Amino acid sequence: MKYIISIIKPHRLEEVRTALSAIGVEGMTVSEVKGHGRQKGHTEIYRGAEYEVSYLPKIKVELALSSKLAAKAVEAIAEAGRTGQIGDGKIFVIDLENAVRIRTGESGEEAL
Amino acid sequence: MKLYQKITLAGVLGLAAIAGADVAQAQDAAPAVSPETAYIFNTLLFLIGGFLVMFMAAGFAMLEAGLVRSKNVSMQCLKNIALYSVAGIMFWVCGYSLMYTGVDGGYIGTFSTYGFDEVGKFATGDDGAVGSYSTASDWFFQMVFVAATASIVSGTLAERIKLWPFLLFTAVLTGIMYPITGSWKWGGGWLNEMGFQDFAGSTIVHSVGGWAALAGALILGARLGKYEGGKVHPLPGSSIPLATLGTFILWLGWFGFNGASQLAMGTAADVTSVSNIFANTNLAAAGGVIAAMALTQIIYKKVDVTMALNGALAGLVSITAEPLQPGPFLAILIGAVGGVIVVVAVPLLDKLKIDDVVGAIPVHLFAGIWGTLAVPLSNSDANFGTQIVGIAAYGAFTFVVASIVWFILKMTMGIRVSKEEEMMGLDKSEVGVEAYPEFARGGSSI
Repeated sequence: MKYIISIIKPHRLEEVRTALSAIGVEGMTVSEVKGHGRQKGHTEIYRGAEYEVSYLPKIKVELALSSKLAAKAVEAIAEAGRTGQIGDGKIFVIDLENAVRIRTGESGEEAL
Repeated sequence: MKLYQKITLAGVLGLAAIAGADVAQAQDAAPAVSPETAYIFNTLLFLIGGFLVMFMAAGFAMLEAGLVRSKNVSMQCLKNIALYSVAGIMFWVCGYSLMYTGVDGGYIGTFSTYGFDEVGKFATGDDGAVGSYSTASDWFFQMVFVAATASIVSGTLAERIKLWPFLLFTAVLTGIMYPITGSWKWGGGWLNEMGFQDFAGSTIVHSVGGWAALAGALILGARLGKYEGGKVHPLPGSSIPLATLGTFILWLGWFGFNGASQLAMGTAADVTSVSNIFANTNLAAAGGVIAAMALTQIIYKKVDVTMALNGALAGLVSITAEPLQPGPFLAILIGAVGGVIVVVAVPLLDKLKIDDVVGAIPVHLFAGIWGTLAVPLSNSDANFGTQIVGIAAYGAFTFVVASIVWFILKMTMGIRVSKEEEMMGLDKSEVGVEAYPEFARGGSSI
């Protein structure tokens, strides 16, 4: 099992969700987050003075999937989330030790 | 122009003469209306103009609410309704009499409260016949002007001043300082005798507010972090939509401010003047916006909406000293120069580390000075020398007295909240009511 954490641009969320649904992903957790990467945010001008916006709004999408589906999901996110511009985000994949469905007590892949 | 014009108008109406006869546009001799009809229309102009200017208090409140951070919005709203009320009472307690009663070419009127016409009666002239307008309508119209002056101070000093010392200053400004300087021109005082011209108050209302704000900003100091490390750190406002709404409300109110400063609507000539003033006022505001937009596009490669809003107000302030005489093109130009002044002066004040949250000093003080200087361009009764004397006199008196009052308040009760309170936000520390409680951590950077 894999746990996938992806940070994407907010306006790509709908495309990413659609692409994940298309390959059979059934559940996901989405949160609004802020952060920066190598570009360290950007500058804006307010009343004649420049200022740095250090943290840009991003969307964090978290998925828990079987290893087989995880590989396809990473591809789908990368494809649907891509604009080709800086700030498209990143995808992190980590091994998932266990999962439990709270209602039934099922565990492992059964619970996904 | 105010009282001086009223006196001449009263004379004309008393003789039931054709007041429009000396105006070039009145080609056919219009039949004179009865003095009572003129009384009704003059009073109506004061009342309509008065409630339009009253609504400018809402404009200032929304503009300031939009340009402060969300942790200080409740405080800004409270300050605005409080200052309007303090001004409304102080201008009755002593303001109106100090400004308009017994000035006689001098420097100050008399210190007393003010009475209105008896119920069921009307104001009379010297001969006992019907006068020119109701007493209370004039008091109300003049009162809403002084409230505008106090609003100007509120915006500059936002986000760090304590509530009660600010309101004490407002009481002195609206009950004593503004009425004394106002008497010099509109009360028929020494500057009126000299021939100083300021139709609706570029200097008398707007610069006076600007000078008082400047003195306050210097003594109060900048907001925490604004000029840290020798750099300017902007503290962007909480709501551009509110600031835009506030600007539109002020623009609307300005038709009362300038239009009703004609002070008479009993003749075709007067009502035509009021209409010309409306047109010029609108043209100048539009000129201010376009100039500010063009200049920010050229300098910063983007259009700063807050500068466009300030540009509208600077255009309006600029045309206020003489909204009647300029032709349409000159009105646009006068307003456009106001817009340029704002775009240049806002970063200049930041260089001097004078923290003016809403840009009130460039808009009301600098554009007010420009508008007053521009009067001789179209009004042959004005000359640059007298205009400069007037500007200097208003500036010296208001800046010095305001500095003394701010200094006394600073030494006695203190005018600034603590560092912790400023970081927490004045909504919590001074008001106890947050403007946006659902977003309780408003203003933090993440």
